Amino acid sequence: MATGIKDKVAILGMGCSKFGERWDCEPADLMAEAFEECINDAGIEKNQIEAAWQATGIDTFNVGPGAIPLSMALRLPNIPVTKIENYCASGTEAFRAATYAVASGACDFALALGVEKLKDMGYGGLPQRSRGVTNDLHFPNVSAPGVFAQLAAGYTAKYSTNKEDLKRAMAHVSVKSHANGAKNPKAHLQRSITEDQAIRAPMIAEPIGLFDCCGVSDGAACAIVTTPEIARSLGKSDLVTVKALQLCVSNGEEVGFNDWDGSYIATTRHAVERAYNEAGIKNPREEISMTEVHDCFSITELVTMEDLRLSPEGGAVKDVLDGVFDAEGDLPCQIDGGLKCFGHPIGASGLRMLYEMYLQFQGRAGERQLSDPRLGLTHNLGGFPYQNVSSIAVVGRHEA
Amino acid sequence: MIGITAFGAYLPRMRLQKKAIADANGWFDASLRGLGRGEKAVCNWDEDAITMAVEAATDCLGEESNRDPDGLIFASTSGPFLDRQHSVVIAEALNLNIDAIRTADVTASQRAATSALLFGLDIAAGNSASEVVVVASEHRRTQVATREEMLYGDGAAAIQIGDQNVIAEYIDSQSTADDFVDHYRADGSKYDYGWEERWVRDEGYLKIVPKAVNALLEKTQVSAAEIKHFILATDQGRVPGMIGKTLGLNGEAIADNLLDSVGITGAAHPMLLLAHRLEQAQPNDLILVVGFGQGCDAVLFRVTDAIGKNSPRFGVSGHLSRGRREENYNKFQSFNDLLDKGLGKRAEVDKQSYLTAMYRNRAFTTGFKGGKCSACGTIQIPMHRYCVNPQCGAGDTQQEYPMSNAVGHIATWTADELTFDFNPPAYFGMVVFDGGGRLMMDITEVDPEAFDTGVQVGVHFRVKQIDSQRGFRKYFWKAIQVQ
Repeated sequence: MATGIKDKVAILGMGCSKFGERWDCEPADLMAEAFEECINDAGIEKNQIEAAWQATGIDTFNVGPGAIPLSMALRLPNIPVTKIENYCASGTEAFRAATYAVASGACDFALALGVEKLKDMGYGGLPQRSRGVTNDLHFPNVSAPGVFAQLAAGYTAKYSTNKEDLKRAMAHVSVKSHANGAKNPKAHLQRSITEDQAIRAPMIAEPIGLFDCCGVSDGAACAIVTTPEIARSLGKSDLVTVKALQLCVSNGEEVGFNDWDGSYIATTRHAVERAYNEAGIKNPREEISMTEVHDCFSITELVTMEDLRLSPEGGAVKDVLDGVFDAEGDLPCQIDGGLKCFGHPIGASGLRMLYEMYLQFQGRAGERQLSDPRLGLTHNLGGFPYQNVSSIAVVGRHEA
Repeated sequence: MIGITAFGAYLPRMRLQKKAIADANGWFDASLRGLGRGEKAVCNWDEDAITMAVEAATDCLGEESNRDPDGLIFASTSGPFLDRQHSVVIAEALNLNIDAIRTADVTASQRAATSALLFGLDIAAGNSASEVVVVASEHRRTQVATREEMLYGDGAAAIQIGDQNVIAEYIDSQSTADDFVDHYRADGSKYDYGWEERWVRDEGYLKIVPKAVNALLEKTQVSAAEIKHFILATDQGRVPGMIGKTLGLNGEAIADNLLDSVGITGAAHPMLLLAHRLEQAQPNDLILVVGFGQGCDAVLFRVTDAIGKNSPRFGVSGHLSRGRREENYNKFQSFNDLLDKGLGKRAEVDKQSYLTAMYRNRAFTTGFKGGKCSACGTIQIPMHRYCVNPQCGAGDTQQEYPMSNAVGHIATWTADELTFDFNPPAYFGMVVFDGGGRLMMDITEVDPEAFDTGVQVGVHFRVKQIDSQRGFRKYFWKAIQVQ
């Protein structure tokens, strides 16, 4: 009978490149930058790595298909390397695969690396691209801001939220993240913004404005995982272990069945239910110390607080405006600046979130350090609110 | 008795103010200012001769399920394809019974519609089909700063022919052939090339039309004075009156050419004017429709007592009143590819249509059919192997369920400024259909003042995407707010 992943796997080392418009970097340069930090942090040799997973979201527009890019960039020693793609959950999926490889006993050391180089496209925002042969016949003419903006329409309709209050709450989300990102030397954007700037920013997709959107950037992040026993034997203390790894994928109900009201993400709710069970969390608002959620758009972060049961239904606007999720609040969200300040190199983001958690648990987060974090939750959401992949990872101190 | 059993029309909502065209171009040709009266109906970027034909035929057929034509003839000189039968695309969009149907495209002349009407009558009379819909539709192409640009408009009309519940009986017709080249358009040319108006009037209209009409009146023993509705489509405003005098027609019989409210819709215009006059026609009225172009068709109908029994939902009048004033001439130029416009890098994505996938999926993409689960009754679109109802999930239980007449409401929506669109912002949202089913859809013809969450919408056949690299286009259905 399966017992879940809790405490079976520890993070041995992590690395993260500087995120941003890395005009002079090839994807291989980004991979090496993240990997060098990671392997030094792990304190093992490259030839000890037995399996690797590469996460890249839109390979056609950067590294190309398959797992050869990772293997060749790092000159991995002819080990199994697998390319994983599951929209914006790709980074977490690579981590999940590496974690399962170690937990299964198939290998001692596994590498998960996410990399994305989107800034060769020549224009801002995600590349306009095919959605698949048949989908292109009937999908509406969407952009990412356009599909996520509809969460606002659904939310305001359901809770009769005042549109100005929602706009202010969305602005607060971005202001809070920027205040955090300003303290992060690896973030793309490292300056504060004001609520007024966010509210007055040009409209991208009603009601989402420019400052409600994360940018598109280049970056890589990686992790090496092993068992807690092996980590201890290598002299590691302050172990950070995996408490839960869950994923949920839409099956068509949201977009095809008349139940979902467009105001929340159904898959996040399924995934987090299983994640809290797996991690043994009974009271998330009390037990979780920090979250890194998928703030592709400020509205997404807002509804995610309710999806994760960190805010009551219809209560996220109030909690956000009350500062619950600010750095000084009860439950800091995006303490590293989030997608908002890092941008979203798709394959790297899930691992970048874990990187911050890992630093925080080891007291290495510098100016952003929270006092005594015990459990952290990361969340990724890829696709559209009505058709998507949602991932949850819970990590924490081994004894937490 | 064979004749007209139903009729319908469609005019695109956008009504370009002709003063805007004259103001933009008058510096170059002062004579254009004199033509700057009123407005003309022009296609949105996502409309073409096929989409307008579907609208007009829908208006004609109505929602009655007992009207199931087994013939469809399309008339146009501006269809998007030289080789791909437009009438077949239209028949599939209308969900006609394609297993037993006569279809044809009639083109290459400004009298294509009247000729198509006569073919329709012949088919019905010869029992090759019992109900034939003849639909004429034009999306006109004119050069900037021309007389034609001031006078031409876009639109479509449909006339149904049969022998049941006839509202206007077909009496007789006269057709002549005459290679009078008042204008022409060669294969590969974007625009018409025309000759001097005065010659076209004197040697063309004034000689060719009376010859055919008089022959028809003679053989049917009808006098000109008895004609209650005389239809002659022409961009020369004074010509119908002049011909009326020559023939001895009643002044009131001469149909208004709608020059200042629609513009001349090319081959579709005689049918559009016929649809317009049928709205006011009384029992026993004689209607004479003329088609002019490389000769002349003159067609005579007599209105029956059944007129008023099969009226279209909108007709020409309905569409005339549903216009949206447009003063931006640049927008019209942009939609009609008259500008060398920088569309940006987002427009560069390959727009290939994979014809195998298109063929497999056309019940959905062309016909807007969903599925109804026979196990739990849930309606879902698109149809699927497995039922979407989480309480059901049964496999292979769905039957095709037509939804092109469905109405619904907008549950969520956005106005997307980022994605590439020919008419930004791109509106799209979740349409929840009355009775079941939902779909995330493009929304078009949005009036930002009237549009918000909760509004009622219907679905309409439109151009989804244009592949200018390969000369193809995808069609799909879009939501439009019910007015």
